Amino acid sequence: MSEPATMSVDTSKALPGATPARGPRWYTGRDAVMIYILIVFLLYAMITIPRFASPVTTGFLILDVIPTLLIAMPMTLIIITGEIDLSVASIAGLSSATLGMMWAGGSNIWLSMAVALVVGLLAGIFNGVLIAFVGLPSLAVTIGTLALFRGLALVVIGDNAVANFPKEITALASSKLGATGIPIMLIPVLVVVVIFGLILHQTAFGRGLYAMGYSKDAAHFVGINVGLSKFWLYLASGVVAAAAGIFWTLRYTSARSDNASGLELTVIAAVLLGGVSIFGGKGSIPGVLAGVLLIGSLNYALRLGRVSDVVLVSLTGLLLIASVIAPSISASITRWRHERRLRRQLSAPAEPSVTG
Amino acid sequence: MFTQRISTTRRIGSLTASLAIAALALTACAGSDAGTTPSAGESGGSAKTDATITFIPKQLNNPYTDVVLGGGKEGATAAGFATANVVGPLEASASSQVSFINAETQAGTNAIVIAANDPDAVCSALGEARTAGAKIVAFDSDTNPECRDVFISQVVAKDVALIQTKLISEQIGGKGEIAILSATANATNQNEWIKFMEEELASNPDYKDIKLVAKVYGDDDDAKSFQEAQGLMQAHPNLKGIISPTTVGIASTARYLSTSEYKGKVALTGLGLPNEMRSFVKDGTVTEFALWDPAQLGEVAAYAAKALVDGTITGATGDKFTAGALGERTVEDGGLVIVGPPTVFNKDNIDEYDF
Repeated sequence: MSEPATMSVDTSKALPGATPARGPRWYTGRDAVMIYILIVFLLYAMITIPRFASPVTTGFLILDVIPTLLIAMPMTLIIITGEIDLSVASIAGLSSATLGMMWAGGSNIWLSMAVALVVGLLAGIFNGVLIAFVGLPSLAVTIGTLALFRGLALVVIGDNAVANFPKEITALASSKLGATGIPIMLIPVLVVVVIFGLILHQTAFGRGLYAMGYSKDAAHFVGINVGLSKFWLYLASGVVAAAAGIFWTLRYTSARSDNASGLELTVIAAVLLGGVSIFGGKGSIPGVLAGVLLIGSLNYALRLGRVSDVVLVSLTGLLLIASVIAPSISASITRWRHERRLRRQLSAPAEPSVTG
Repeated sequence: MFTQRISTTRRIGSLTASLAIAALALTACAGSDAGTTPSAGESGGSAKTDATITFIPKQLNNPYTDVVLGGGKEGATAAGFATANVVGPLEASASSQVSFINAETQAGTNAIVIAANDPDAVCSALGEARTAGAKIVAFDSDTNPECRDVFISQVVAKDVALIQTKLISEQIGGKGEIAILSATANATNQNEWIKFMEEELASNPDYKDIKLVAKVYGDDDDAKSFQEAQGLMQAHPNLKGIISPTTVGIASTARYLSTSEYKGKVALTGLGLPNEMRSFVKDGTVTEFALWDPAQLGEVAAYAAKALVDGTITGATGDKFTAGALGERTVEDGGLVIVGPPTVFNKDNIDEYDF
């Protein structure tokens, strides 16, 4: 390769003669690509899969992705800081079990939901304290709490399933907005998405998360409170996961200890597919939104086409690997092209070319 | 420098164009969405000659389920369904079946035959399917009775429980510690059988010296069941027998016992598939176990579904329909249809069965 030729050149700045691209660059980024892929896939599914293009799809599909979508929000922020939270599905299970137990024990349904949320909050605080203040690695801590919270869920509700929730409330969890097929629950979920989007993209706190993802030390030196930021993220993750657990319980009208098991992997897959770097520092909420919807609609389309779940699981795996590899390939292509252009322009007549 | 400028402009141009196309496409989808609204509802009540049936088992790739579904598909063709499909989750979890029911609702399937992983979790989805015109037959594992038209039960639940307690009692000589290795902790049918077994052990004087010391759950997962069997032997050194009322559990436990020091010393019985259990019966790990013919279960379910779709039965008590070569079946109280009594397999008769 040609290090000597480029070493002396600052590749991070645009060339003096190049006009900076006008307007925002969001439509050329990684998340924009995800959105295009999603649109292309939806079009393809509408054309090739009978009955996909129908409001029934919108309803069922959105109901299917809501838990993933909710949990993906705090997960995006956490992964951007270079950490991970594997305990989310177990927190959802624990909140489901708590809700079921409270309701079966004769509590008011709203009180039961509030307690389930508080349980999620406490679970998040537990994760947060260990990771942010004790300074343990998040992977180790959340693998531990993945098992711990699921175990607690079993302690809370045991082998039972609580199913006799009030009909009005379970109906609310799956009711649609008129004939559009859009579930009513999408509205609060979108509010959560917007809140997380604003926090990540419009606040100093959010910019700090990217900085932490690149280098925790550097972030610390520029005045970001790394520990406290992480703590808030795990706390938020706990609460949102608990909310997803409550939704899960009401949608399937069944509170059980094994609810949402395995969901953490779907969420992480969707987040990575949405362009968030597992190494931290990169990613955006719109991209993740597209990632979640892509996995969701892929699932739905294949089921509607009666394709076996074996295909589905393998396909999701392949997509995930592709999504992790794609950015590094495209980054190296961009770098290569950029260097080639630099070399050509800087050394046009004098040095013919270094690499040839 | 000049070329640079052009290429940037061109790139922005092409991106804008693709964005515009995407936007157009989106509006188009919105339009087509609105246009197809009535079709989902209409497809429910179509003619009887092109009726469709879909089986949703607890999970795919389960040997027992495969036999049931084999019988079901044959039965569906014989009963006159135009197409028979099988869809289902890979994991037998409570909520995993819901999206499959949703997809079938949308596909306008006339009859859904389901083995529920959770009696309540599938209810609202089945409700939507019925609103769209589908008939619901539960088989193998019941849903909440208000969510289906009929339930096809292999056998009377109590008979299944009693034959297993009888077999274990014979094999351990009427006394000692026993354990149960079941499927998932919430499995409807297993839990019902276990309830009857516990009642029988407590009330029948013949079983007064038998003590049930543990109930463990292998989740119908081969490795998990194997480990649970291993754990049972460690936790209860005086264990004399194991009842595993699930085909995955009994096969895994038999595999563990056959390679361990407990082979022939700890009795194992329950519900198993002859093909999977043959070698363990022949090598002495297992003396006797029970099961009904699972293919018949699928077959009766298919005929019941056809009768419901045709409108010859409604699922009311006393309704009668003919299940092909298996003869007439009657809908009993609570929409229950019984297939037949369980068979006991041992080394003398096991070679007569192939499933």
